[in-house]
Amino acid sequence: MPKHEFILFKNMMQPGYAGSLQEYERAGGYQALHKFIGKVPPAEVTMAVMKSGLRGRGGAGFPTGVKWGFLPKDYQGPRYLCCNADESEPGTFKDRQLMERDPHQLLEGIVLTCYAIGAESAYIYIRGELILAAKILEQAIEDARAAGYIGANILGTGITANVWVHRGAGAYICGEETALLESLEGKRGLPRFKPPFPATHGLYNKPTVVNNVETLANIPHILGRGPEWFASIGSPPKSTGTRVFCVSGHVKRPGNYEMPMGISFRELIYEVAGGMRSDKPLKAFIPGGASAPFLTPDHLDVKLDFESVAAAGSMLGSGGVTVMEEGTPMVWAALRLMEFFYHESCGKCSPCREGSSWLVQTMRRIVAKRGQMEDLETLVDLCKNIEGRTVCAFGDAAVAPIMSTLKYWRSEYVTLIQEAEAANLIKLEPAGAKR
Amino acid sequence: MKLSEKYRDEIADILGRYPVRRSALIPLLYLAQREEGFVSEAAMKEIAGLLRLTPPQVYETATFYTMINLKRVGKFHLQVCKSLMCALAGSDTVIGWVKTKLGIGPGETTSDGLFTLSAVECLAACGTAPMMQVNEDYYERLTEDTFDRILVDLKRDGTCSLKSGPFMWPEPANAVRRET
Repeated sequence: MPKHEFILFKNMMQPGYAGSLQEYERAGGYQALHKFIGKVPPAEVTMAVMKSGLRGRGGAGFPTGVKWGFLPKDYQGPRYLCCNADESEPGTFKDRQLMERDPHQLLEGIVLTCYAIGAESAYIYIRGELILAAKILEQAIEDARAAGYIGANILGTGITANVWVHRGAGAYICGEETALLESLEGKRGLPRFKPPFPATHGLYNKPTVVNNVETLANIPHILGRGPEWFASIGSPPKSTGTRVFCVSGHVKRPGNYEMPMGISFRELIYEVAGGMRSDKPLKAFIPGGASAPFLTPDHLDVKLDFESVAAAGSMLGSGGVTVMEEGTPMVWAALRLMEFFYHESCGKCSPCREGSSWLVQTMRRIVAKRGQMEDLETLVDLCKNIEGRTVCAFGDAAVAPIMSTLKYWRSEYVTLIQEAEAANLIKLEPAGAKR
Repeated sequence: MKLSEKYRDEIADILGRYPVRRSALIPLLYLAQREEGFVSEAAMKEIAGLLRLTPPQVYETATFYTMINLKRVGKFHLQVCKSLMCALAGSDTVIGWVKTKLGIGPGETTSDGLFTLSAVECLAACGTAPMMQVNEDYYERLTEDTFDRILVDLKRDGTCSLKSGPFMWPEPANAVRRET
């Protein structure tokens, strides 16, 4: 594993670094803000981010600069930036660390983005449970405001960017960008039909950009050190920069690891995360959060970049890698995730609302050894009637665990059902029959 | 006392953050919850008035979000994550400890009103599983020993020093390990 440079973790890896304004400044923080705000035209800032090849770190991987470029150029009214800090994808716990350990890195990214897109207000929509992160951010905003980095007339340039923390209240779907906007407007977090996209009709129907925490935290570095530098890291041209990979499950050293994109799952799991917890062989892994289809040991040499994971039939998603050892029951694992999706389905679209309920019931039946062979067809039929038939990508995500475990571990489903059928046969024997 | 009288300045501050009043709804529901431990119908009606909404509009939002309690919960709300990543690390065992030690299952409250257990979905702490949230604090990498100590400390002091600080895992090599 070649040595590499930390970008987002660089400060917090220093002993004793606690993320205060003074420490951040001493480490070179807010230099990009000094250099760019009011001095370089906003369009050039957007162009630099486009050139860097930065893609969204929340899950979908949309090119960030392109997203900014979609905002109408001639619109005179207010525009908004929403920082998506609703980190809820099972297997993902990176934004929490980025916010709690180096809040000013994120704030500098937010203010620079506000400048680039012409927004005077930014809301950090943070998942409700992350109360400590919300408090740390609020304190950091206050300190940055006092230092002239946030508020009206930033660094005497006459440019305004206000930042507020807005806590969600426990709904996974609010990580979907249009559901996030609905929630921020004080409504139920139901995703909106697209188009129109948030770029033209976002928060309060105004042009809006929604970017993930990790995406925004990269902005000061891209501007400070140049898009060419950023574009040379990782797996260019389509997956540039580093990713914070969150490793969980049956490994020796679970945790957050910032790595250049393009390292292999084998390197991440066996070298970076220390290998398997009990030295049992690896059975399965989820490559990018609960919404990403499961992969198998055959996929260990797949590279962790957007294209390679997609080519392997899954997605890099949020960068949450969950590892399962030999002996993990895969039908049970799929059921656990299905219960999550059932609980979190917002209820807007019938296929997802009703289908997720049926899927959970069918899966519970199979796991409880009360299933029948027809259940396997029912599962596939239900999945196909959810996938692609919902307003947002939640429906596609919800069927991923079942579809992918059926694909690779169908025999485990069959065994459970055969055991159920055998038990039934015994029950159906007439009373008094000879054994 | 009405929220609008007791928290006049805080409410004004919240309203000042948004160009549209309704955006203040979740923050105000939190404020009401902080006051009473849950959000009562009376509080929802008052919030509706403050935001110029109808009570059903407030109710519609309040019922969507799991963190808004519409019923009273125990003094300590134990929320144990049960999603796959925690389950791989033994979260079902943690729920078992609660049952053995406190005699409650998910959705139940101890008769002294101290503890409520909820089995919840992913809380974004998968690398430090199994974990639980108690009121505002996270407790991670739970073992039976730490779990016992958390219960004792909560009962005695209302808090426990094992709660998580600013998150980083793995910790930087030379960071000072918190005493466990």
